[in-house]
Amino acid sequence: MVVAERKPIEEILAMVADFKKVLLVGCKGCVTVCCAGGTKEVGILGSALRIARKKQGNPLEVVEHTLERQCDPEYVDQLAPMLNDNSFDAVLSMACSVGPQFIAKKYTIPVYPMLNTTFIGGALEHGVWAEFCQSCGNCLIHHFGGLCPIARCSKSLMNGPCGGSANKKCEVSPEIDCIWHLIYDRMVELGQLEKLRPVFPIKDWSTSRDGGPRKIVREDLKL
Amino acid sequence: MKAGSNLEKVFTQGHFAVTGELGPPRGASVEVIEKKAGYLRGVVDSINVTDNQTSVVRMSSVAVCKLLVDMGLEPNLQMVCRDRNRIAMQSDLLGAYALGIRNVLCLSGDHNRFGDHPQSKNVYDVDSMQLIGIVKKLRDEGKMLSGQELEGVPKFFIGAAANPFGDPFEFRVTRLAKKIDAGADFIQTQCIYNMEKFRKYMHIAHEEGLTEKCYIMAGITPLKSVGMARYMAKFVPGLDVPDYYIDRLKGVEKKKQADEGIKIAVEQIQEVREIPGVRGIHLMAIEWEHKVPEILEAAGLLPRPSVN
Ligand code: SF4
Ligand code: SF4
Repeated sequence: MVVAERKPIEEILAMVADFKKVLLVGCKGCVTVCCAGGTKEVGILGSALRIARKKQGNPLEVVEHTLERQCDPEYVDQLAPMLNDNSFDAVLSMACSVGPQFIAKKYTIPVYPMLNTTFIGGALEHGVWAEFCQSCGNCLIHHFGGLCPIARCSKSLMNGPCGGSANKKCEVSPEIDCIWHLIYDRMVELGQLEKLRPVFPIKDWSTSRDGGPRKIVREDLKL
Repeated sequence: MKAGSNLEKVFTQGHFAVTGELGPPRGASVEVIEKKAGYLRGVVDSINVTDNQTSVVRMSSVAVCKLLVDMGLEPNLQMVCRDRNRIAMQSDLLGAYALGIRNVLCLSGDHNRFGDHPQSKNVYDVDSMQLIGIVKKLRDEGKMLSGQELEGVPKFFIGAAANPFGDPFEFRVTRLAKKIDAGADFIQTQCIYNMEKFRKYMHIAHEEGLTEKCYIMAGITPLKSVGMARYMAKFVPGLDVPDYYIDRLKGVEKKKQADEGIKIAVEQIQEVREIPGVRGIHLMAIEWEHKVPEILEAAGLLPRPSVN
């Protein structure tokens, strides 16, 4: 899933400093799962903004709403009745950064992101998420024991650990596992170490960021 | 002869090679380079020029190499994968050759997180292994990665680095073998302090026939003080400084620690010379270039052979 975290409250307060009434919109997708922008977080941020502004003697009206998803137009359309009377100064989106862009595409009103979209990841334990993929567009992990050196090696190395790998940790920080050590261990475990012996060819990044913004068209699904 | 560099000739004519290292200035000063180069003149076979080492911005390694060429010295151009994509790398390689640079050392590079611009966007389009392959393709096929024929082929002597002390140890010789397969002609290792482990590493490499296929140079960095030894042991990932060196330096008074460090370096040089498959040393006297002649003299490695 997409993992995101809320921007610091000071940054958000600065964004909304000039507004009197805003629509704060959450999303029930990934950001609910990673506890960054679901109904609960909308409630928390809404209250925090109201309290902070009240203290400043400059109250802010925050209307809270959470959509099924913000990355699908059919749900974003549901905001129309609320936004059509022009009573809001801005929309604050608590979805991943696709959400505010979808809202901006449809409505002529300033939109502000409340979250920082951080990575494609998974939960390691309650309250801990980590990056697993950089959506390079051409998955290669079957060559590496099912582990991704593109996203999880700090240098995206494809031919084994750099000289900084020590005690299973990455040279960048003792908090980071050296994925190449994990790949090595896993290949030993699978009895496939010899698969790491050939020099892995230079990656074609054209399926990644370097082909420009990407798009998938599934003719079979089009209506 | 693949490139005909001085370094390559020293190897092919059977001499024990010695390379030095020069860290470019954090500024545009040519004097700094002249001064450092002056200490290395005539005492090493080739001078590595580091490429924004430790991710700190310094004068371009290509530019410094060219300055060395002009001074009649032979440079070894270090190139890291951190700061350039394949387009910039090939372009810099072609330019470097045109400027008279004949040796290239291919590295992945220290991560930018610890340098002076941790906010930078790093590149890592290719890794060090793949960079070796790029240089080899330019040289042996006369082609760019794209397949485009070159107008003028850069004949480089290709180097790579190896760290026998990184983990997992068992994979380190495999990495070396991969680099040789990719096209490395010579290898310079990370600084060696744990001689036991290095012997073990070289033994496996030798058994596997790798020392036949490639010239391996042992990395030597003199310890200037017990503080430096402690720092290297603690903070440089993948470096193995055994306690007995720290204790030994601790045992002498502060003023004499530098001399003791030099003594240790000379002993280490003698030890690595005894190890089968070691064909030279790479002396990385970090900001201590002026001590290089003294160390090499004491190690009996002067004068350097003149080859042609
Ligand atoms: S190889 Fe690419 S697609 Fe597969 S996990 Fe890694 S970054 Fe994601
Ligand atoms: S230590 Fe491991 S994870 Fe970190 S950059 Fe080196 S190979 Fe990659």
